[in-house]
Amino acid sequence: MSEATGTARVKRGMAEMLKGGVIMDVVNADQAKIAEDAGACAVMALERVPADIRAQGGVARMSDPDMIEKIQAAVSIPVMAKVRIGHFVEAQIIQSLGVDYIDESEVLTPTDYENHVDKWKFTVPFVCGATNLGEALRRINEGAAMIRSKGEAGTGDVSNAMTHMRKIGGEIRRLTAMREDELYVAAKEMQAPFALVQEVAQTGKLPVVLFTAGGIATPADAALMMQMGADGVFIGSGIFKSGNPAQRAAACVKATTFFDDPKVLAEVSRGLGDAMVGINVSDIPAPHRLAERGW
Amino acid sequence: MKIGVLALQGDFREHIASSLEAGHSAAPIRRKSELEDIDALILPGGESTTIALLAKSYDLFQPIREKISQGLPVYGSCAGMILLADRILDGAPGQETFGGINMTVRRNAFGRQVESFEGEIDFNREKINGVFIRAPWVEEVSSDVEVLSMAAGHPVAVRQGKLFATSFHPELTGDLRIHQYFFEEICR
Repeated sequence: MSEATGTARVKRGMAEMLKGGVIMDVVNADQAKIAEDAGACAVMALERVPADIRAQGGVARMSDPDMIEKIQAAVSIPVMAKVRIGHFVEAQIIQSLGVDYIDESEVLTPTDYENHVDKWKFTVPFVCGATNLGEALRRINEGAAMIRSKGEAGTGDVSNAMTHMRKIGGEIRRLTAMREDELYVAAKEMQAPFALVQEVAQTGKLPVVLFTAGGIATPADAALMMQMGADGVFIGSGIFKSGNPAQRAAACVKATTFFDDPKVLAEVSRGLGDAMVGINVSDIPAPHRLAERGW
Repeated sequence: MKIGVLALQGDFREHIASSLEAGHSAAPIRRKSELEDIDALILPGGESTTIALLAKSYDLFQPIREKISQGLPVYGSCAGMILLADRILDGAPGQETFGGINMTVRRNAFGRQVESFEGEIDFNREKINGVFIRAPWVEEVSSDVEVLSMAAGHPVAVRQGKLFATSFHPELTGDLRIHQYFFEEICR
Protein backbone atom coordinates (compact mmCIF):
# COMPACT_ATOMS: atom_id res chain seq x y z
CA MET A 1 0.00 0.00 0.00
CA SER A 2 1.39 3.41 -0.94
CA GLU A 3 0.66 5.86 1.84
CA ALA A 4 0.67 9.66 1.85
CA THR A 5 0.77 11.52 5.17
CA GLY A 6 0.02 15.21 5.65
CA THR A 7 -2.16 15.63 2.55
CA ALA A 8 -4.72 18.44 2.52
CA ARG A 9 -7.47 15.81 2.77
CA VAL A 10 -5.90 14.15 5.81
CA LYS A 11 -5.24 17.50 7.51
CA ARG A 12 -8.66 19.00 6.78
CA GLY A 13 -10.32 15.66 7.50
CA MET A 14 -8.97 15.71 11.05
CA ALA A 15 -10.87 18.96 11.64
CA GLU A 16 -14.02 17.39 10.17
CA MET A 17 -13.88 14.82 12.98
CA LEU A 18 -13.87 17.59 15.61
CA LYS A 19 -17.08 19.16 14.32
CA GLY A 20 -19.97 19.58 16.70
CA GLY A 21 -17.48 19.41 19.55
CA VAL A 22 -15.80 21.58 22.18
CA ILE A 23 -12.02 22.06 22.32
CA MET A 24 -10.94 23.13 25.80
CA ASP A 25 -7.84 24.97 27.03
CA VAL A 26 -6.04 23.01 29.77
CA VAL A 27 -2.85 23.80 31.68
CA ASN A 28 -2.12 20.41 33.28
CA ALA A 29 -2.96 16.71 33.14
CA ASP A 30 -5.70 16.96 35.80
CA GLN A 31 -7.57 19.58 33.79
CA ALA A 32 -7.10 17.51 30.63
CA LYS A 33 -8.74 14.52 32.36
CA ILE A 34 -11.66 16.69 33.51
CA ALA A 35 -12.08 17.94 29.93
CA GLU A 36 -11.99 14.42 28.46
CA ASP A 37 -14.46 13.11 31.06
CA ALA A 38 -16.80 16.01 30.28
CA GLY A 39 -16.83 15.07 26.58
CA ALA A 40 -14.32 17.51 25.04
CA CYS A 41 -13.42 16.40 21.49
CA ALA A 42 -9.85 17.73 21.95
CA VAL A 43 -7.76 19.73 24.40
CA MET A 44 -5.45 22.69 23.84
CA ALA A 45 -2.34 22.32 26.01
CA LEU A 46 -0.92 25.64 27.19
CA GLU A 47 0.88 27.01 30.25
CA ARG A 48 -1.46 29.90 30.96
CA VAL A 49 -5.04 30.36 29.83
CA PRO A 50 -5.63 33.64 27.94
CA ALA A 51 -7.19 35.36 30.98
CA ASP A 52 -3.93 34.80 32.90
CA ILE A 53 -1.75 35.86 29.97
CA ARG A 54 -3.80 39.05 29.89
CA ALA A 55 -3.56 39.59 33.66
CA GLN A 56 0.14 38.75 34.04
CA GLY A 57 1.43 40.39 30.87
CA GLY A 58 4.89 39.72 29.51
CA VAL A 59 5.83 37.70 26.43
CA ALA A 60 3.70 34.60 25.94
CA ARG A 61 5.45 31.70 24.16
CA MET A 62 5.05 28.05 23.23
CA SER A 63 4.53 25.72 26.22
CA ASP A 64 7.23 23.52 27.78
CA PRO A 65 7.43 20.17 25.89
CA ASP A 66 7.36 18.32 29.25
CA MET A 67 4.01 19.87 30.07
CA ILE A 68 2.59 19.03 26.63
CA GLU A 69 3.79 15.42 26.86
CA LYS A 70 2.20 14.98 30.29
CA ILE A 71 -1.12 16.05 28.82
CA GLN A 72 -0.66 13.74 25.81
CA ALA A 73 -0.04 10.87 28.23
CA ALA A 74 -3.10 11.71 30.32
CA VAL A 75 -5.81 11.63 27.63
CA SER A 76 -6.84 9.59 24.58
CA ILE A 77 -8.47 12.51 22.70
CA PRO A 78 -6.47 14.77 20.32
CA VAL A 79 -4.06 17.26 21.88
CA MET A 80 -3.41 20.67 20.29
CA ALA A 81 -0.76 23.23 21.20
CA LYS A 82 -0.14 26.88 20.36
CA VAL A 83 2.80 28.53 18.64
CA ARG A 84 3.48 32.24 18.17
CA ILE A 85 2.41 33.79 14.86
CA GLY A 86 5.28 33.30 12.40
CA HIS A 87 7.45 31.22 14.78
CA PHE A 88 8.13 28.27 12.51
CA VAL A 89 10.75 26.79 14.85
CA GLU A 90 8.24 26.55 17.70
CA ALA A 91 6.04 24.78 15.13
CA GLN A 92 8.86 22.36 14.21
CA ILE A 93 9.34 21.56 17.91
CA ILE A 94 5.64 21.05 18.56
CA GLN A 95 5.30 18.84 15.47
CA SER A 96 8.18 16.66 16.70
CA LEU A 97 6.23 15.99 19.92
CA GLY A 98 3.46 14.34 17.90
CA VAL A 99 0.87 16.98 18.77
CA ASP A 100 -2.31 16.47 16.71
CA TYR A 101 -2.98 20.10 15.70
CA ILE A 102 -1.01 23.35 15.96
CA ASP A 103 -2.76 26.64 16.70
CA GLU A 104 -0.78 29.55 15.25
CA SER A 105 -2.30 31.88 17.77
CA GLU A 106 -2.68 35.59 18.41
CA VAL A 107 -3.05 34.74 22.11
CA LEU A 108 0.74 34.31 22.24
CA THR A 109 3.05 37.23 21.49
CA PRO A 110 3.65 37.47 17.72
CA THR A 111 7.12 36.76 16.33
CA ASP A 112 6.76 38.06 12.78
CA TYR A 113 4.69 41.16 12.02
CA GLU A 114 4.48 40.44 8.30
CA ASN A 115 4.52 36.71 7.68
CA HIS A 116 2.71 33.75 9.16
CA VAL A 117 4.18 30.22 9.23
CA ASP A 118 4.30 28.44 5.83
CA LYS A 119 2.00 25.68 6.97
CA TRP A 120 2.25 23.57 3.78
CA LYS A 121 5.76 22.57 4.94
CA PHE A 122 4.36 20.65 7.91
CA THR A 123 2.77 17.21 8.24
CA VAL A 124 0.81 18.30 11.30
CA PRO A 125 -2.29 20.38 10.47
CA PHE A 126 -2.69 23.99 11.62
CA VAL A 127 -5.65 26.01 12.86
CA CYS A 128 -5.43 29.82 12.56
CA GLY A 129 -7.57 32.68 13.78
CA ALA A 130 -9.46 35.11 11.55
CA THR A 131 -11.63 38.18 12.06
CA ASN A 132 -12.93 38.34 8.47
CA LEU A 133 -13.10 36.28 5.29
CA GLY A 134 -10.00 37.78 3.65
CA GLU A 135 -7.89 36.90 6.70
CA ALA A 136 -9.35 33.36 6.76
CA LEU A 137 -8.55 32.82 3.07
CA ARG A 138 -5.00 34.18 3.47
CA ARG A 139 -4.43 31.63 6.24
CA ILE A 140 -5.92 28.82 4.13
CA ASN A 141 -3.66 29.90 1.26
CA GLU A 142 -0.69 29.47 3.64
CA GLY A 143 -1.88 25.94 4.45
CA ALA A 144 -4.21 26.29 7.44
CA ALA A 145 -6.51 23.22 7.56
CA MET A 146 -8.99 24.75 9.99
CA ILE A 147 -10.08 28.31 10.85
CA ARG A 148 -11.40 29.70 14.11
CA SER A 149 -12.99 33.10 14.38
CA LYS A 150 -10.84 34.97 16.90
CA GLY A 151 -13.20 36.76 19.22
CA GLU A 152 -11.32 38.41 22.08
CA ALA A 153 -9.59 35.69 24.09
CA GLY A 154 -9.47 35.73 27.87
CA THR A 155 -12.37 38.13 28.35
CA GLY A 156 -15.51 36.04 28.86
CA ASP A 157 -17.11 38.68 26.60
CA VAL A 158 -18.58 36.96 23.55
CA SER A 159 -19.30 40.18 21.61
CA ASN A 160 -16.20 40.03 19.41
CA ALA A 161 -16.80 36.36 18.58
CA MET A 162 -20.26 37.44 17.43
CA THR A 163 -18.80 40.30 15.36
CA HIS A 164 -16.31 38.00 13.66
CA MET A 165 -18.83 35.24 12.91
CA ARG A 166 -21.26 37.77 11.45
CA LYS A 167 -18.47 39.31 9.41
CA ILE A 168 -17.19 35.99 7.99
CA GLY A 169 -20.70 34.69 7.32
CA GLY A 170 -21.84 37.97 5.78
CA GLU A 171 -18.84 38.16 3.46
CA ILE A 172 -19.43 34.56 2.32
CA ARG A 173 -23.10 35.33 1.59
CA ARG A 174 -22.07 38.46 -0.31
CA LEU A 175 -19.71 36.47 -2.54
CA THR A 176 -22.38 33.90 -3.39
CA ALA A 177 -24.63 36.71 -4.69
CA MET A 178 -21.99 38.21 -6.98
CA ARG A 179 -21.64 37.87 -10.72
CA GLU A 180 -18.56 35.88 -11.62
CA ASP A 181 -16.87 38.89 -13.25
CA GLU A 182 -17.18 40.80 -9.96
CA LEU A 183 -15.14 38.27 -8.01
CA TYR A 184 -11.81 39.67 -9.27
CA VAL A 185 -12.41 42.96 -7.52
CA ALA A 186 -13.82 41.18 -4.48
CA ALA A 187 -10.56 39.19 -4.24
CA LYS A 188 -8.53 42.38 -4.59
CA GLU A 189 -10.55 44.17 -1.91
CA MET A 190 -10.36 41.37 0.63
CA GLN A 191 -6.70 40.72 -0.21
CA ALA A 192 -7.33 37.05 -0.78
CA PRO A 193 -6.28 34.68 -3.58
CA PHE A 194 -8.77 34.66 -6.46
CA ALA A 195 -9.04 30.84 -6.66
CA LEU A 196 -10.17 30.62 -3.03
CA VAL A 197 -12.60 33.53 -3.44
CA GLN A 198 -14.10 31.78 -6.47
CA GLU A 199 -14.38 28.49 -4.54
CA VAL A 200 -16.20 30.17 -1.63
CA ALA A 201 -18.53 31.96 -4.08
CA GLN A 202 -19.44 28.61 -5.65
CA THR A 203 -19.81 26.50 -2.50
CA GLY A 204 -21.11 29.14 -0.07
CA LYS A 205 -18.72 28.01 2.66
CA LEU A 206 -15.07 27.98 3.64
CA PRO A 207 -13.06 25.08 2.15
CA VAL A 208 -12.10 24.09 5.73
CA VAL A 209 -13.93 23.67 9.03
CA LEU A 210 -14.81 26.92 10.87
CA PHE A 211 -14.83 26.93 14.68
CA THR A 212 -15.45 29.91 16.98
CA ALA A 213 -13.22 31.09 19.81
CA GLY A 214 -12.75 34.01 22.15
CA GLY A 215 -14.90 34.94 25.13
CA ILE A 216 -17.21 31.92 25.23
CA ALA A 217 -18.08 31.38 28.91
CA THR A 218 -21.53 29.77 29.13
CA PRO A 219 -23.55 26.99 27.43
CA ALA A 220 -25.72 29.74 25.92
CA ASP A 221 -22.63 31.37 24.38
CA ALA A 222 -21.58 28.04 22.84
CA ALA A 223 -25.08 27.43 21.42
CA LEU A 224 -25.22 31.02 20.10
CA MET A 225 -22.05 30.46 18.09
CA MET A 226 -23.40 27.16 16.72
CA GLN A 227 -26.62 28.90 15.67
CA MET A 228 -24.44 31.51 13.96
CA GLY A 229 -23.01 28.73 11.80
CA ALA A 230 -19.88 27.64 13.67
CA ASP A 231 -18.86 23.99 13.20
CA GLY A 232 -17.76 23.80 16.85
CA VAL A 233 -16.28 25.93 19.64
CA PHE A 234 -13.03 26.56 21.47
CA ILE A 235 -13.42 27.44 25.14
CA GLY A 236 -10.30 28.89 26.68
CA SER A 237 -10.50 30.58 30.04
CA GLY A 238 -14.27 30.10 30.32
CA ILE A 239 -14.13 26.65 31.89
CA PHE A 240 -11.20 26.51 34.28
CA LYS A 241 -11.69 30.13 35.42
CA SER A 242 -15.24 29.30 36.53
CA GLY A 243 -16.59 28.04 39.86
CA ASN A 244 -17.31 24.44 38.81
CA PRO A 245 -15.19 23.49 35.79
CA ALA A 246 -16.32 19.83 35.44
CA GLN A 247 -19.99 20.69 35.42
CA ARG A 248 -19.57 23.73 33.17
CA ALA A 249 -17.44 21.75 30.73
CA ALA A 250 -20.08 18.99 30.45
CA ALA A 251 -22.82 21.60 30.08
CA CYS A 252 -20.98 23.36 27.24
CA VAL A 253 -20.47 20.01 25.43
CA LYS A 254 -24.20 19.26 25.61
CA ALA A 255 -25.11 22.81 24.57
CA THR A 256 -22.90 22.49 21.49
CA THR A 257 -24.67 19.30 20.37
CA PHE A 258 -28.21 20.45 21.24
CA PHE A 259 -27.58 24.06 20.22
CA ASP A 260 -31.04 24.45 18.71
CA ASP A 261 -33.04 22.98 21.62
CA PRO A 262 -33.84 25.66 24.25
CA LYS A 263 -35.17 23.03 26.69
CA VAL A 264 -31.83 21.22 26.78
CA LEU A 265 -30.02 24.56 26.97
CA ALA A 266 -32.13 25.61 29.96
CA GLU A 267 -31.51 22.29 31.68
CA VAL A 268 -27.72 22.43 31.27
CA SER A 269 -27.58 26.11 32.26
CA ARG A 270 -29.05 25.42 35.74
CA GLY A 271 -26.92 25.55 38.88
CA LEU A 272 -23.55 25.97 37.18
CA GLY A 273 -22.21 28.31 39.87
CA ASP A 274 -20.05 31.29 39.03
CA ALA A 275 -19.03 31.93 35.44
CA MET A 276 -15.63 33.52 34.90
CA VAL A 277 -15.83 37.15 35.99
CA GLY A 278 -14.53 38.45 32.71
CA ILE A 279 -13.78 41.86 31.34
CA ASN A 280 -15.65 43.91 28.75
CA VAL A 281 -13.74 44.13 25.48
CA SER A 282 -14.55 47.86 25.33
CA ASP A 283 -12.65 48.36 28.60
CA ILE A 284 -9.45 46.90 27.14
CA PRO A 285 -7.12 49.50 25.62
CA ALA A 286 -6.69 48.86 21.88
CA PRO A 287 -3.00 47.81 22.07
CA HIS A 288 -3.99 44.97 24.41
CA ARG A 289 -6.66 43.52 22.14
CA LEU A 290 -5.42 40.18 20.87
CA ALA A 291 -7.78 39.89 17.88
CA GLU A 292 -5.89 42.67 16.12
CA ARG A 293 -2.76 40.51 15.96
CA GLY A 294 -2.47 38.72 12.61
CA TRP A 295 -2.20 40.19 9.13
CA MET B 1 -34.56 3.59 2.53
CA LYS B 2 -34.46 6.10 5.36
CA ILE B 3 -30.96 6.31 6.81
CA GLY B 4 -30.41 7.71 10.30
CA VAL B 5 -27.00 9.24 11.03
CA LEU B 6 -26.05 9.61 14.71
CA ALA B 7 -25.52 13.38 14.99
CA LEU B 8 -24.08 13.95 18.46
CA GLN B 9 -20.59 14.96 17.32
CA GLY B 10 -18.29 14.36 14.33
CA ASP B 11 -18.69 14.37 10.56
CA PHE B 12 -22.34 13.35 10.44
CA ARG B 13 -23.16 15.91 7.73
CA GLU B 14 -20.81 14.13 5.30
CA HIS B 15 -22.54 10.78 5.93
CA ILE B 16 -25.93 12.41 5.40
CA ALA B 17 -24.64 13.88 2.11
CA SER B 18 -23.26 10.48 0.98
CA SER B 19 -26.56 8.77 1.82
CA LEU B 20 -28.57 11.37 -0.09
CA GLU B 21 -26.23 11.14 -3.05
CA ALA B 22 -26.67 7.37 -3.09
CA GLY B 23 -30.39 7.97 -3.56
CA HIS B 24 -31.74 7.45 -0.04
CA SER B 25 -33.36 9.79 2.43
CA ALA B 26 -31.26 10.63 5.47
CA ALA B 27 -31.81 12.37 8.78
CA PRO B 28 -29.69 13.29 11.81
CA ILE B 29 -30.42 11.29 14.98
CA ARG B 30 -30.06 13.03 18.32
CA ARG B 31 -33.08 11.69 20.19
CA LYS B 32 -34.46 8.28 21.07
CA SER B 33 -37.75 8.93 19.24
CA GLU B 34 -35.85 9.59 16.00
CA LEU B 35 -34.55 5.99 16.04
CA GLU B 36 -38.01 4.59 15.51
CA ASP B 37 -38.67 4.96 11.80
CA ILE B 38 -35.23 4.38 10.26
CA ASP B 39 -34.17 1.45 8.07
CA ALA B 40 -30.46 1.70 8.86
CA LEU B 41 -28.11 3.67 11.11
CA ILE B 42 -24.69 5.20 10.44
CA LEU B 43 -22.26 6.01 13.27
CA PRO B 44 -19.97 8.77 11.93
CA GLY B 45 -16.33 9.63 12.48
CA GLY B 46 -15.58 11.88 15.44
CA GLU B 47 -14.38 11.32 19.00
CA SER B 48 -15.71 8.01 20.31
CA THR B 49 -15.45 9.16 23.95
CA THR B 50 -17.52 12.28 23.25
CA ILE B 51 -20.15 10.42 21.22
CA ALA B 52 -20.57 7.66 23.83
CA LEU B 53 -20.84 10.20 26.64
CA LEU B 54 -23.51 12.24 24.87
CA ALA B 55 -25.41 9.06 23.94
CA LYS B 56 -25.48 8.10 27.61
CA SER B 57 -26.53 11.57 28.79
CA TYR B 58 -29.42 11.74 26.34
CA ASP B 59 -30.87 8.26 26.68
CA LEU B 60 -29.64 6.93 23.35
CA PHE B 61 -27.11 4.37 24.56
CA GLN B 62 -29.43 1.51 25.56
CA PRO B 63 -31.92 2.21 22.73
CA ILE B 64 -29.12 1.92 20.15
CA ARG B 65 -27.88 -1.31 21.79
CA GLU B 66 -31.42 -2.68 21.58
CA LYS B 67 -31.73 -1.69 17.92
CA ILE B 68 -28.45 -3.45 17.19
CA SER B 69 -29.61 -6.62 18.94
CA GLN B 70 -32.92 -6.46 17.05
CA GLY B 71 -31.00 -6.57 13.75
CA LEU B 72 -31.02 -2.95 12.56
CA PRO B 73 -28.31 -2.57 9.87
CA VAL B 74 -25.55 -0.30 11.25
CA TYR B 75 -22.40 1.07 9.58
CA GLY B 76 -19.66 2.72 11.64
CA SER B 77 -16.65 4.61 10.23
CA CYS B 78 -13.58 5.20 12.44
CA ALA B 79 -15.11 6.30 15.78
CA GLY B 80 -18.16 4.36 14.58
CA MET B 81 -16.03 1.21 14.26
CA ILE B 82 -14.86 1.66 17.86
CA LEU B 83 -18.47 2.07 18.98
CA LEU B 84 -19.47 -1.20 17.26
CA ALA B 85 -16.65 -3.25 18.79
CA ASP B 86 -17.38 -5.64 21.64
CA ARG B 87 -13.92 -4.94 23.07
CA ILE B 88 -11.48 -1.99 22.78
CA LEU B 89 -7.81 -1.44 23.58
CA ASP B 90 -6.16 1.92 24.41
CA GLY B 91 -9.53 3.53 25.18
CA ALA B 92 -10.14 6.13 27.86
CA PRO B 93 -10.57 4.52 31.32
CA GLY B 94 -14.04 2.97 31.55
CA GLN B 95 -14.87 3.80 27.92
CA GLU B 96 -17.97 1.87 26.82
CA THR B 97 -19.20 0.91 23.36
CA PHE B 98 -22.53 -0.10 21.85
CA GLY B 99 -20.83 -3.32 20.73
CA GLY B 100 -22.31 -5.90 18.39
CA ILE B 101 -19.31 -7.00 16.32
CA ASN B 102 -17.33 -9.76 18.03
CA MET B 103 -13.93 -8.11 17.67
CA THR B 104 -11.26 -6.21 19.57
CA VAL B 105 -10.44 -2.77 18.15
CA ARG B 106 -7.33 -0.78 19.06
CA ARG B 107 -8.07 2.93 19.29
CA ASN B 108 -5.67 5.35 17.49
CA ALA B 109 -3.75 2.24 16.36
CA PHE B 110 -2.17 3.91 13.32
CA GLY B 111 -0.78 6.64 15.58
CA ARG B 112 -1.35 10.31 16.14
CA GLN B 113 -2.40 12.87 13.53
CA VAL B 114 1.12 13.23 12.04
CA GLU B 115 0.89 9.52 11.13
CA SER B 116 -2.59 9.86 9.60
CA PHE B 117 -2.54 9.00 5.89
CA GLU B 118 -4.46 8.16 2.76
CA GLY B 119 -3.64 5.30 0.43
CA GLU B 120 -5.01 2.69 -1.94
CA ILE B 121 -6.52 -0.40 -0.35
CA ASP B 122 -8.42 -3.42 -1.64
CA PHE B 123 -12.07 -3.62 -0.72
CA ASN B 124 -14.42 -6.27 -2.06
CA ARG B 125 -12.15 -6.94 -5.11
CA GLU B 126 -11.91 -3.22 -5.92
CA LYS B 127 -9.29 -0.55 -5.28
CA ILE B 128 -10.40 2.36 -3.14
CA ASN B 129 -8.67 5.37 -1.59
CA GLY B 130 -8.74 4.85 2.17
CA VAL B 131 -8.48 7.98 4.35
CA PHE B 132 -7.20 7.05 7.83
CA ILE B 133 -7.34 9.77 10.52
CA ARG B 134 -6.05 8.82 13.98
CA ALA B 135 -7.62 5.59 12.87
CA PRO B 136 -8.29 2.39 14.80
CA TRP B 137 -7.56 -1.08 13.47
CA VAL B 138 -9.01 -4.45 14.33
CA GLU B 139 -6.71 -6.37 16.64
CA GLU B 140 -8.57 -9.70 16.58
CA VAL B 141 -11.89 -11.03 15.28
CA SER B 142 -13.95 -14.09 16.09
CA SER B 143 -14.62 -16.64 13.34
CA ASP B 144 -18.10 -15.23 12.64
CA VAL B 145 -16.68 -11.86 11.53
CA GLU B 146 -15.88 -11.44 7.83
CA VAL B 147 -12.78 -9.35 7.03
CA LEU B 148 -13.33 -7.21 3.91
CA SER B 149 -10.14 -5.15 3.81
CA MET B 150 -6.64 -5.11 5.30
CA ALA B 151 -4.01 -2.39 5.86
CA ALA B 152 -0.66 -2.65 7.65
CA GLY B 153 -1.42 -6.30 8.40
CA HIS B 154 -4.66 -5.58 10.25
CA PRO B 155 -8.33 -5.75 9.26
CA VAL B 156 -9.71 -2.26 8.50
CA ALA B 157 -13.14 -3.23 7.16
CA VAL B 158 -15.27 -5.96 8.73
CA ARG B 159 -18.81 -7.25 8.69
CA GLN B 160 -20.82 -9.42 11.04
CA GLY B 161 -24.44 -10.00 10.06
CA LYS B 162 -26.12 -6.61 9.64
CA LEU B 163 -23.19 -4.71 11.18
CA PHE B 164 -20.42 -3.17 9.08
CA ALA B 165 -17.39 -1.11 10.15
CA THR B 166 -14.42 0.60 8.49
CA SER B 167 -11.32 2.23 10.02
CA PHE B 168 -11.29 4.73 7.17
CA HIS B 169 -13.58 7.57 6.07
CA PRO B 170 -15.31 7.06 2.68
CA GLU B 171 -17.53 10.04 3.53
CA LEU B 172 -14.52 12.35 2.98
CA THR B 173 -13.64 11.18 -0.53
CA GLY B 174 -16.81 11.57 -2.57
CA ASP B 175 -16.49 7.87 -3.57
CA LEU B 176 -19.87 6.27 -2.84
CA ARG B 177 -18.85 2.62 -3.26
CA ILE B 178 -18.50 1.89 0.47
CA HIS B 179 -21.85 3.44 1.29
CA GLN B 180 -23.42 1.58 -1.64
CA TYR B 181 -21.92 -1.69 -0.36
CA PHE B 182 -23.61 -1.02 2.99
CA PHE B 183 -26.96 -0.09 1.46
CA GLU B 184 -27.01 -2.84 -1.17
CA GLU B 185 -25.15 -5.80 0.34
CA ILE B 186 -25.95 -5.39 4.03
CA CYS B 187 -29.23 -3.49 4.40
CA ARG B 188 -31.16 -5.58 1.85
